[in-house]
Amino acid sequence: MTTSTSKPAGTVGAGEVGPATSSPSPGKLPPRAPWLVVGAVASVAVLLLFVGVSPALVVIGGLAANILGICLWSRLVEGRRAATDRMVTAVVATAFVIAMIPLVSLLYTVVSRGAARMDAAFFTNSMLGVVGEGGGAYHAIMGTLIVTGLAALISVPIGIMTAVYLVEYGKGRLARSITFLVDVMTGIPSIVAGLFAVALFQLFFGPGIRLGIMGAVALTVLMIPVVVRSVEEMLKIVPNELREASYALGVSKWRTIVKVVLRTSVAGIATGITLAVARVIGETAPLLITLGAVTGVNFNPFEGRMSSLPVFSYYSYVAPGASPAPSIDRAWAAALVLMLIVMALSLLARLISYLFSPKIR
Amino acid sequence: MAKSIEVRDLNIYYGAFRAVEGVTMSIRPAQVTALIGPSGCGKSTFLRSINRMHEVIPGAYVEGSLTLNGNDLYAPGTDPVSVRRQVGMVFQRPNPFPTMSIYDNVVAGYKLNSRKASKTVTDELVERSLRGANLWNEVKDRLDKPGAGLSGGQQQRLCIARAIAVQPDVLLMDEPCSALDPISTLAIEDLINELKTEYTIVIVTHNMQQAARVSDYTGFFNIEGTGKPGKLVEMDETKTIFSQPREKATEDYVSGRFG
Ligand SMILES: Nc1ncnc2c1ncn2[C@@H]1O[C@H](COP(=O)(O)OP(=O)(O)OP(=O)(O)O)[C@@H](O)[C@H]1O
Ligand SMILES: [Mg+2]
Repeated sequence: MTTSTSKPAGTVGAGEVGPATSSPSPGKLPPRAPWLVVGAVASVAVLLLFVGVSPALVVIGGLAANILGICLWSRLVEGRRAATDRMVTAVVATAFVIAMIPLVSLLYTVVSRGAARMDAAFFTNSMLGVVGEGGGAYHAIMGTLIVTGLAALISVPIGIMTAVYLVEYGKGRLARSITFLVDVMTGIPSIVAGLFAVALFQLFFGPGIRLGIMGAVALTVLMIPVVVRSVEEMLKIVPNELREASYALGVSKWRTIVKVVLRTSVAGIATGITLAVARVIGETAPLLITLGAVTGVNFNPFEGRMSSLPVFSYYSYVAPGASPAPSIDRAWAAALVLMLIVMALSLLARLISYLFSPKIR
Repeated sequence: MAKSIEVRDLNIYYGAFRAVEGVTMSIRPAQVTALIGPSGCGKSTFLRSINRMHEVIPGAYVEGSLTLNGNDLYAPGTDPVSVRRQVGMVFQRPNPFPTMSIYDNVVAGYKLNSRKASKTVTDELVERSLRGANLWNEVKDRLDKPGAGLSGGQQQRLCIARAIAVQPDVLLMDEPCSALDPISTLAIEDLINELKTEYTIVIVTHNMQQAARVSDYTGFFNIEGTGKPGKLVEMDETKTIFSQPREKATEDYVSGRFG
């Protein structure tokens, strides 16, 4: 109701403030409205489950009912525009929840199953002479760190220098063909990279050779294109004005690249390298054929077979031996450790970007 | 030490496109020379050829001769990097290095070239350059703060401080005030007046009043049409250009009857 109705019709003053038309001003749903709908739908869903309706049907029906419910309620109270807004919000939120389900479920499974063996022995013992209970993944953790570290040591400089060439120097046919080859490399299946390393090393050491460095070479093949691509993107977004500012101070091109371009983009480069490492650290197939697998500790990537977490996890799972339970626990624990390493790496990258990114104050 | 520049029959190209044609002019030492002209007539292109920044662009090159106190800047053995140490530049948009503090921005010319200097020497250099750029009093308490945190006008003066810290002979400025408010503009014009005792200054501007206020000599560039090269129409003392220029085109342009 508007105030003008209390006055005789036609006496609305010039200065009077009020709605021009007599259409009812739209109402407003309570702030908790979406949650009320979710709650109602959830209660009905639980009831239906008790009655014995199939869970899949209940979940799908529930998600749809939730969207429709908030949309209809809003339509009745708030009008069309607000209803559309509510509906799209509900659709986006539903999509988000659906996308989160596999992630949360994966994290939960790995943590709950891997937690059984998060003990000191797992991080300090190898599998040398262990049958059944006990044992650890010390050899595999060190193997993964050494092989991945070596791969990063080889591919990061090559990748950064390639990206610098492409962005700062490359023109014409050579740059175009390098870009093309990097694209092709991105698509190489990991087993092919492993076979490449095997074929390469067999040329020098004969058949049957298994070395840590072979695994590192295989991972390098997978890592270089990822590093090149991400560093290239980072270098491209460094504004040209900064390069010109540096040139205008009488700074040579290579010093400008090192001290201005790379320095400005170091945060992004760190993130890119972390992603590249995360991409290869879980590779199983190429390591299976290049490293082999051992039960004891081997720190030397240039001599003898090595173990690694993915391969360790794989063998513990497919060949658990006489009493499977402890071996399968070890497989999950190895998977959890792998995840923790990747997480630690992302934290490190975050720290680097925090310390080195350009600041305003 | 301020030096003079002689330009003779300079043609400037972007690949096959001739952007500037047949420029001949002398730029006097310890004076301010303003370059004016319509958009696209090649003022920036010409300015950038004076410190060989032009050739940073792929395919760009220059014909003709350009000498600094008699030394040919485009002689075959001349290193463009050493030319840029003698001829500094301030850009249209302030561009301090975002990863550096105010202090490091001022001494960037030394830092980036890995020239070692003691703390007392650089402290003194920073204070002198910032005072020279009229910025010292505003930033002296926060020299270790990022240069990107300053206002636009302060950033531009920081860039001027950075350019004069390497003690060039010539200072080029490409529309240094076009991104600034009138007060910062005035601060920079005052600064230009002080700097001209020590440096030869060449400034590109679209602002006639500014050219009249700060410069001793003015060069007028013009272009006949799109795709045609820009040319130097005439160059003279600023008061002559603005009161009785020889060319009709100049008179039309400075009196606002252009196009
Ligand atoms: N990087 C480039 N590559 C090719 N052509 C260019 C490039 N930069 C400028 N040009 C061309 O050169 C001519 C002169 O440009 P310039 O930037 O020198 O003009 P200007 O006088 O500075 O104009 P404004 O007053 O708008 O800054 C123009 O025709 C322009 O299109
Ligand atoms: Mg320009």
